[in-house]
Amino acid sequence: MIDTNKLTIKDTANLLSKKQIKAQELTEAFLDRAYKLNKKLNSFITITDEIAVSQAKKVDKLITDNQKLNSLAGIPIAFKDLFSTKGIRTTAGSKVLENYVPVYDATAVGRLKDTDAVIIGKTNLDAWGHGASGENSDFGSTLNPYDLIRVPGGSSSGSAVAVASGACLAATGTDTGGSIRFPAAFCNLVGLKPTYGRVSRYGIIAMASSLDSIGHITRTVYDNALILKVTAGSDDYDSTTSPKPVDDYTKDIDGGVKGIKIGLPKEYFESLDLGIREKIISAVKILEKLGAEVFDVSLPHTEYGVATYYIIQPSEVSSNLARYDGIRFGHTREKFGDEAKRRIILGTYTLSAGYYDAYYLKAMKVRRLIREDFEKVFKKVDVLICPTSPTPPFKLGEKITDPLSMYLADIFTVCPSLAGVPSLNLPCGFINNLPVGMQIVGPDFSEKLLYQVGYAYEAETKWYQKRPNLI
Amino acid sequence: MSKVKSKPVLDRVETRSGKSKVGKIDIDYVARLANLPLTQKEKKTFEKQLKDVLSYISKLQGVDTEKIEPIGHITGLTNVTRDDATTPSISQDEALVNAPKTYNGFFEVEAIFEEV
Repeated sequence: MIDTNKLTIKDTANLLSKKQIKAQELTEAFLDRAYKLNKKLNSFITITDEIAVSQAKKVDKLITDNQKLNSLAGIPIAFKDLFSTKGIRTTAGSKVLENYVPVYDATAVGRLKDTDAVIIGKTNLDAWGHGASGENSDFGSTLNPYDLIRVPGGSSSGSAVAVASGACLAATGTDTGGSIRFPAAFCNLVGLKPTYGRVSRYGIIAMASSLDSIGHITRTVYDNALILKVTAGSDDYDSTTSPKPVDDYTKDIDGGVKGIKIGLPKEYFESLDLGIREKIISAVKILEKLGAEVFDVSLPHTEYGVATYYIIQPSEVSSNLARYDGIRFGHTREKFGDEAKRRIILGTYTLSAGYYDAYYLKAMKVRRLIREDFEKVFKKVDVLICPTSPTPPFKLGEKITDPLSMYLADIFTVCPSLAGVPSLNLPCGFINNLPVGMQIVGPDFSEKLLYQVGYAYEAETKWYQKRPNLI
Repeated sequence: MSKVKSKPVLDRVETRSGKSKVGKIDIDYVARLANLPLTQKEKKTFEKQLKDVLSYISKLQGVDTEKIEPIGHITGLTNVTRDDATTPSISQDEALVNAPKTYNGFFEVEAIFEEV
């Protein structure tokens, strides 16, 4: 029996290529786990067993015929249900799209399929990506596998839980203001928000177009780098993708941190939860011991991050959700859930005549100041380390009736989003058996460096080996 | 072109503590702009919740942005173009496959003009 909860992509690819396991056998083990746990955790909206098994059979045939395997051949993955998948229902976690079946693949989906990865299913999320807890899904909340009375973090809630619970080895996500990093932190996982424009947004249901970053969640840093190698790069269908060449993210990933300058932005530590602070400071000490240099730095506009974000994001949301009229696909607008309605109203208001200058334009000016903070600080240091969430995973229902308190959960993740820079969430320990994450933030297109730093820390600590007890 | 005078920034009222508070959102007007059907109950809840959020985000008024240019987008890319050439795309049938109502190969919509 294959223990799906212990594997990484790296190990699994090795087992497959050495013919120690068959792709079909592996796929069936993951599907079995996905089905069993979905009743408990609600991490999938759709499980695609037939597609998965036929992909696995194809990979087995390639192996039997001694063909060269693509990088993710036979690796079980899942897509957040915002990613358009040809012929597979794509709901955005909303009843508006409960019957929508795309006729094309998102670019990231196409690229991952081309590597012969096996698609286990489509994961649950806060509807349209709106939320920090997973509770805003119209298909019910996803539960945190480390403690079933707590939220897994959102909006890529199902993606994080599917990986954390051993139902797949990687899952895609979208991160507009923290939606990959936050659930990764709450579920002891590695989650990357790449530089804006590094991965194509084509075919991914848009939330806030000037912020949406397309990333993924894995158990280890190496696995994360493997996926980015596939998804990153320019795309003719998304003119905001960068023409910069894609780095070989796994090459020299074990290069260490000797001489790397780490900045600790003081604004992120000022009134931080003491337990979380202690975890992050001990992580920084480990990196220091490995040869990194640590500096105190300042990002003075940090306190305006959430306010800026909650103008820009709902404004763009209201514009992007205007297309859902029930004429070409999906249902009509009364099917929007509460949070989508709230954001449409807020964004319509902030964009409306007489208020545009005071809100959207003002926010776009402050956004420049926030970006300049990062540009200045990266002249002094190579990366920043800061918390991902101000608290450990909170309880289901705790914040759902107070939208502002939920929005404030994004306090540490929105500034890198507004600046457009990449940020990697890394597990950095546990408080009362609940996972804690930290962000490593770098300048534009520094993903390779973030992986190198993350790899060095992970090799010392191996938090990913602490799996939740579920069955 | 005449410059349209914008409405006051926020309908502020001074409270006794001297803290400024955000005025009411005309939720019916905004819902109409957004073509969003809302129940009376939703209007009431959202009105209160949005007031809290607006009052929070109005803290931006404290940032001096006198000489700051707004940032339109953050990629630094300009004039991204492609050849003006047709390429294969989805078919008409595929485009219509998710439509709730179609007519003769087109999307069917409610009439928007009244008969006179």
